[in-house]
Amino acid sequence: MRDLAFDMPAAPSSCHRTATGEPILEARNLGFEAGGQRLLHGVDVSVRRGARTLIMGPNGAGKSLLLRLMHGLIKPKEGEVLWQGSPLTKKTMRAQAMVFQRPVLLRRSVLANLKFALSVRGLQGRPRAEKIDQALASAGLSHLAHRPARVLSGGEQQRLAVVRALACEPDLLFLDEPTANLDPASTAAIEKLVLEANAQGITIVLVTHDAGQAKRLGEDVIFLQDGRIAETGPVDQVLNRPRSEPARAWRDGRLYLGPDLHSVSSYPGSNT
Amino acid sequence: MDSFWSVLGGAFALVFALDPDLMEIIGLSMRVTLTAVFFACLIGLPLGAAVGVFKFPGRTFLAVSLNALMGLPPVVVGLVVYLLLSASGPLGPLRLLYTPTAMIIAQMIIVTPIVAALTRQVVDDLNREYAEQFASLGVGAIDRLVSLLWDARYSLLTVALAGFGRAVAEVGAVLIVGGNINHVTRVMTTTIALETSKGNLQLALALGVILLLIAFAVNACVMAIRATAVRAAYA
Amino acid sequence: MNRRTFLATLLLAFLCATSAQTARADDKFIIVQSTTSTQNSGLFEHILPIFRDKTGIEVRVVAVGTGQAIRNATNGDGDVLFVHSKPAEEKFVADGFGVSRSDVMYNDFVIVGPAADPASVRGMSDVVAALQKIAGAKATFASRGDDSGTHKAELRLWQAADIDAQAASGEWYRETGSGMGATLNTGTGMGAYVLTDRATWIAFGNKGNHEIVVEGDPRMFNQYGVILVNPKAHPHVKSEEGQVFVDWLLSNEGQNAIADYKIDGQQLFFPNGNGGPS
Repeated sequence: MRDLAFDMPAAPSSCHRTATGEPILEARNLGFEAGGQRLLHGVDVSVRRGARTLIMGPNGAGKSLLLRLMHGLIKPKEGEVLWQGSPLTKKTMRAQAMVFQRPVLLRRSVLANLKFALSVRGLQGRPRAEKIDQALASAGLSHLAHRPARVLSGGEQQRLAVVRALACEPDLLFLDEPTANLDPASTAAIEKLVLEANAQGITIVLVTHDAGQAKRLGEDVIFLQDGRIAETGPVDQVLNRPRSEPARAWRDGRLYLGPDLHSVSSYPGSNT
Repeated sequence: MDSFWSVLGGAFALVFALDPDLMEIIGLSMRVTLTAVFFACLIGLPLGAAVGVFKFPGRTFLAVSLNALMGLPPVVVGLVVYLLLSASGPLGPLRLLYTPTAMIIAQMIIVTPIVAALTRQVVDDLNREYAEQFASLGVGAIDRLVSLLWDARYSLLTVALAGFGRAVAEVGAVLIVGGNINHVTRVMTTTIALETSKGNLQLALALGVILLLIAFAVNACVMAIRATAVRAAYA
Repeated sequence: MNRRTFLATLLLAFLCATSAQTARADDKFIIVQSTTSTQNSGLFEHILPIFRDKTGIEVRVVAVGTGQAIRNATNGDGDVLFVHSKPAEEKFVADGFGVSRSDVMYNDFVIVGPAADPASVRGMSDVVAALQKIAGAKATFASRGDDSGTHKAELRLWQAADIDAQAASGEWYRETGSGMGATLNTGTGMGAYVLTDRATWIAFGNKGNHEIVVEGDPRMFNQYGVILVNPKAHPHVKSEEGQVFVDWLLSNEGQNAIADYKIDGQQLFFPNGNGGPS
């Protein structure tokens, strides 16, 4: 693993290491409120170009919301998202791609799903066909090209979703718990695709709450709790030597109820 | 009044006699209804999809209006179309009153809100699933509309069939604007109404059974197309 | 199945269905606004083919109540008016919508009623007395209630009997607001007396146990008239073809065709286009 650096000046508990790569995407003071409830409180994030950043935290921490704000699927009402230093626009959004927890595939063949995504990017004819062949091969789906995408297995569907996103040649790929519903073999296949993409220079931002996956994939970790950043840093440090109470509770499998309350064990009778 | 079975027997006897007058009436019914449904879909599908997908001021009002218009009384539609197409009406010079075209227009007005309202619901549901993916891919407005309509095609076939069912059974509007003229604008439903008024209840009922069989056959055909398409897609 | 095949299949199915019946050639035709009694009795199906064979003109009949037929013709939606309510027809001509009115034929109205005859009017030929007995017995009476020629005739008879039947509307007096056939269906269904023209009754197929109970009163005379819609009011009126039809109806050939139309040996309409009783 490279010597990681991650800098979160606004995060109270961040370790103050200096970033080496320039940030490809930054979120500044992001806040979000829905139905009278604050879901995000002044979140600052900096994603290094070429890095693999994990967003972690318990259910309801605001991980998926943060991902959607960073991708521009939801317009921020407080704060801003900067793409290479300028505000995110529809055009610069095209330099990003996203894979959802449940793959959203059109009710068409595997081939047609890739064709659709590439056509949106203006690719036609031979270049598109070549790109499709390449994507199918990398996902191991060539023999299923003419199947309706909806009848594939969950693992095959998610592989298709990943290579469809990658076929659009993004600079940054968001993944929202892409393996949450998959078996270990399918999970490994997705992780392999993600690592290959990263090796080609694509920046990865991935939401997960699987510690094993975090260790296999992660470089930088952003740990969210109740819409606030609890801790940031290299994956090894956040998972093995957490300094914040929420991250510690998460590591120990306890439910964190807030700074004023004792956290309770998730299993009755287990030692806390 | 004879028993149900003798009515049914009478209906089959009428069909198998291939009576040219009856065949003409059935043919006109199909031509008018299918043409009306075709144009209703041409308008209703994109309209419903647009209301289902795009957010614009008055969208909810439009959606509620479409739903309300599904209950449009055919006689009212018939009257309005009559007043428009009447020689004294604004469209009188087109000379369309008492022609199959007038009946197509009336049925189209009745069916379009049904197609649009049901399409809106179908596309709205599908859009909830697709919206984020489309936004992520950067799909443009027109492409979104077309893609949603295409991906909902099997549900939309059922929508078209609902429109067909309403149109083919409709009598009030086509009676007023068509005039039930023998060999010109006489269709199944107006013939049933005429035979009822002549007191030929058994014949009227037999014609009703035939209409039902036709509707059944059309539904079966469309469902067969759909099943074949699905089977081909899932092979 | 890909998109092209799918759409092609749908389009093909659509074309097959719609081309099965192509539009009739738009040859010479006129539109006649007429009444349900002439259509339901089958008269038109008897005389119109004879006329078409002779002149090549197709007659398209819109059969509605006399009131609506006159309104449609007033709007210009017809070339010839062929109805049975002389005062309304004369007003139509006087208002400038019709060229002139001619008697064509007549039949008569009858009162049909249940065989049980709760008001004991069977065999009466004085229609006014019969209506008074029906009202006195509060026996159910089904009225057209639709401003048709028959309805207007019925109202004149109630007036002659000095009975305000509409005051009993919803009780023994039932206004169906529909055509002759529908009213007869209702009347036979609820065992009510009904005033109908004889032609419709003879051709009617759902008589149940109803029969003619009152007939033969001169006041139940039912005159049909024909009017060419005035091209001065509606310039698009096909006055030439329309006049051919009117002339033919009043010719010996037309009058004989009307007289020849019989059901079960009974003549339904009696031509008087050459100045018969009026």
